[in-house]
Amino acid sequence: MNSDNSLISDAKNTWCPGCGNFAIQHAVKSVIEELEKEGVQREEFVLVSGIGCHAKIVDYFNLNSFYSLHGRTIPVATGIKMANPDLKVICFAGDGDLYAEGLDHLIHAAKRNIDITVICHNNRVYGLTTGQYTPTSPYGFRGKSTPDGIHEPPLNIIEMLLGSGASFVARAYSKKIPHLRRIIREAIMHPGFAHIDVLQICATFFNMTRFYDEQTYESSEANVSQFDVACRTGQQWDYSDQGPIPLGIFYKTFRTPLPEKREEREIDRLKAVRTILQNYS
Amino acid sequence: MTDFSVLIGGKAGDGISQAGQIIGSVFASMGYHVYQYTDYPSLIRGGHNFCIIRAADHPVTAFRSHVDVILAFDQQTVNFHSHRLVPDGEIIFDSNRAKAKGIGVSLASYVDRFQGLPIMGNTAMIGALSGYLGISWEVIEPVLTKKMTKKTEDNLKIARAAFDEILKKTSIDKTGENSRPFMSGNEWIGLGLLAGGLDAYVAYPMTPSSGVLHFLADVAKETDIIVYHPESEIAVILMAMGLAYAGKKTAIGTSGGGFCLMTEGLSFAGQAEIPVVIIVSQRTGPSTGLPTYTGQSDLLFVRHAGQGEFPRWIAAPATPSEAFRLSAMAVKIAWKFQIPAFILSDKSFSEGIFTGDINPGIPDNPVEVSPSFPYRRYEDAADGISPILAPPVHGEVIKVNSYTHDFRGITTEDPGMTVTMAMKRKKKNDALKDLIDNPENVCISGKKDATICIVCWGSVRGQVTEAANDLDVRIVSPLILEPFPIITFQNAMKGVTKLLVVEESANGQIDKILKEHGFFPDELLLRCDGRPSTVEELQEKIRRHI
Repeated sequence: MNSDNSLISDAKNTWCPGCGNFAIQHAVKSVIEELEKEGVQREEFVLVSGIGCHAKIVDYFNLNSFYSLHGRTIPVATGIKMANPDLKVICFAGDGDLYAEGLDHLIHAAKRNIDITVICHNNRVYGLTTGQYTPTSPYGFRGKSTPDGIHEPPLNIIEMLLGSGASFVARAYSKKIPHLRRIIREAIMHPGFAHIDVLQICATFFNMTRFYDEQTYESSEANVSQFDVACRTGQQWDYSDQGPIPLGIFYKTFRTPLPEKREEREIDRLKAVRTILQNYS
Repeated sequence: MTDFSVLIGGKAGDGISQAGQIIGSVFASMGYHVYQYTDYPSLIRGGHNFCIIRAADHPVTAFRSHVDVILAFDQQTVNFHSHRLVPDGEIIFDSNRAKAKGIGVSLASYVDRFQGLPIMGNTAMIGALSGYLGISWEVIEPVLTKKMTKKTEDNLKIARAAFDEILKKTSIDKTGENSRPFMSGNEWIGLGLLAGGLDAYVAYPMTPSSGVLHFLADVAKETDIIVYHPESEIAVILMAMGLAYAGKKTAIGTSGGGFCLMTEGLSFAGQAEIPVVIIVSQRTGPSTGLPTYTGQSDLLFVRHAGQGEFPRWIAAPATPSEAFRLSAMAVKIAWKFQIPAFILSDKSFSEGIFTGDINPGIPDNPVEVSPSFPYRRYEDAADGISPILAPPVHGEVIKVNSYTHDFRGITTEDPGMTVTMAMKRKKKNDALKDLIDNPENVCISGKKDATICIVCWGSVRGQVTEAANDLDVRIVSPLILEPFPIITFQNAMKGVTKLLVVEESANGQIDKILKEHGFFPDELLLRCDGRPSTVEELQEKIRRHI
């Protein structure tokens, strides 16, 4: 079983066999172990999750965590980071969670460049509610709520993030673990808002293993700071059932992140209150 | 006894509210108790705005039907309000824009004489009023200098000219008492939050709560707090959850519609036991309703909002000192019990401007229990309250969870643990009940041994207290509405044979709470037009029922 020192908790794991969540958990664990060796304290990490299969990941890690609400990882993570800029805040979210229920938060987090890392477990289906379409399901997807197929194209989340001002945008695939690990590490180290759209299969409701295995490739990161190149890479795949699908860091730039450094000040708040009362008299 | 009211009216954009505040500040600086009511429609330019500024030698938190002076910037003000004027009262009007029986003053002529901006017409009006009332220039000058930080010299010249050239009617003197702070209800609330130890305030603008946001944003640097305005009320409350988890004592503010969006976060706070102070300032509903008018119809909503069962604390202040004390207490209660603590205000209170105590009382810090290690966020205790720690704590893991969870914060569906956690929340509620059930939290006024009793809450108490002043009526007003301070309330009600309720709602709200506790009101005196009652209106209503 787990020793006290393990990053993995003793909570019973209830993901389906073959679920892509295992790979993401493993990759995150490896990155945290690496960073610990480099001097980052374990207690500086705070994991935030939404609601859905992905979200169980916070129970499975023996780390500070905030198991939040469906779609609401980002405002929670923003609050934590604003309270204490020294914490490393990582959001785990699902595609229904983040791209449907909580999409407004995502756009605003990218716009304000809050210094958090977002990992979207994008299996393009609702798993925990047993198989409905999400914003990234392909056109025509037949789910329990749309037996005749959906009549709307998927949302190209990469384009949306670039358009929202995200300073780090990447895509990974849960079966390419070393690549995923590298991207997670870079995202955590990025000063500012970092988003990774992780393609993962849902073993039970949307198993795209063969399609992703065949169609994904690691794109060049030589021009990673060029916005127009990033847009073109992002447009190569529109989340349809046609590949090829580029993976990698599409865009990375520096923009002053939130929260800005606060000066350490000793302020007697009660004294300040008395001064304000005087000023209003 | 001095009790003097001025009505100032004009179009939105005339600077009516600011001029009203300066007039109020003049009276406050002379040592008077001052209350200002501002009435305005939901638009930026045009429309009809008016303020009533009431100065008295005793505390006032309501306005009367009649006024002593009307300051009219336009004809509408004359037409709408002349009937309020007392027989020996006076209308001072802008002779360029209105006609009336009274004193015409060409505001533009004063502005033009000193090449001022058109908005400075209201400076001329303030000067004219002060001259008419015989207030000494030594009183006016420092107030204008302090309040008009832009183009101060020009403003002073304009005010002085209008002051000198108007006929002096009376002579209002200083009271001999010190000047009191003159602030809006929202500002008193914000200041109380700060005194309670607030670290962060998050809000999305919504009338009539925005004043708290504006005030705290304005003083954020000098008080070293975080103030943030995010994308929605949903983000507001979840951001507050994140801030509080990471150790910042956080408050949020909104009105009914915004609070609707906050309810999932509220229930989260209940389940995850994360402290948060929530200011809800009511306006006339349902839905968008009357955005700039008042109401008391969200009491039951706030009391019951959120799925599931969890403890909460709701306080409704009626005076500036109560707003200060209860807001400070809200921070302490929220943090001690790790629950949502509400300040339930309304437009009348939030945007009313009041003089209050320069040294308002600050409640004591509640005793906090130290944690034991290894740390478990949801450790049970006799009173259900777990010691609270914020990350990072070396060697410890701090987990919070929206699911039913175990002592460590890990998800569980175990029936036994589900009951343990439900009982933990219930125990917190019991401990909270014991703490709040004391005479400090139920205000008794009027004739304390009268058998006819009026129950009211929040801003309405100011009107009721004055309206019932000459009547044989007892007034009982709980300051804390959840948990209900039942034993204190029962004591306050001893000997009552007739029970009336005064409230600003269409169906009655607090009467439902009273019935839960075995008190059955005989009459509900309700009002739902968004306008606060004047003392006389309410007095007549009460007389008909006693």
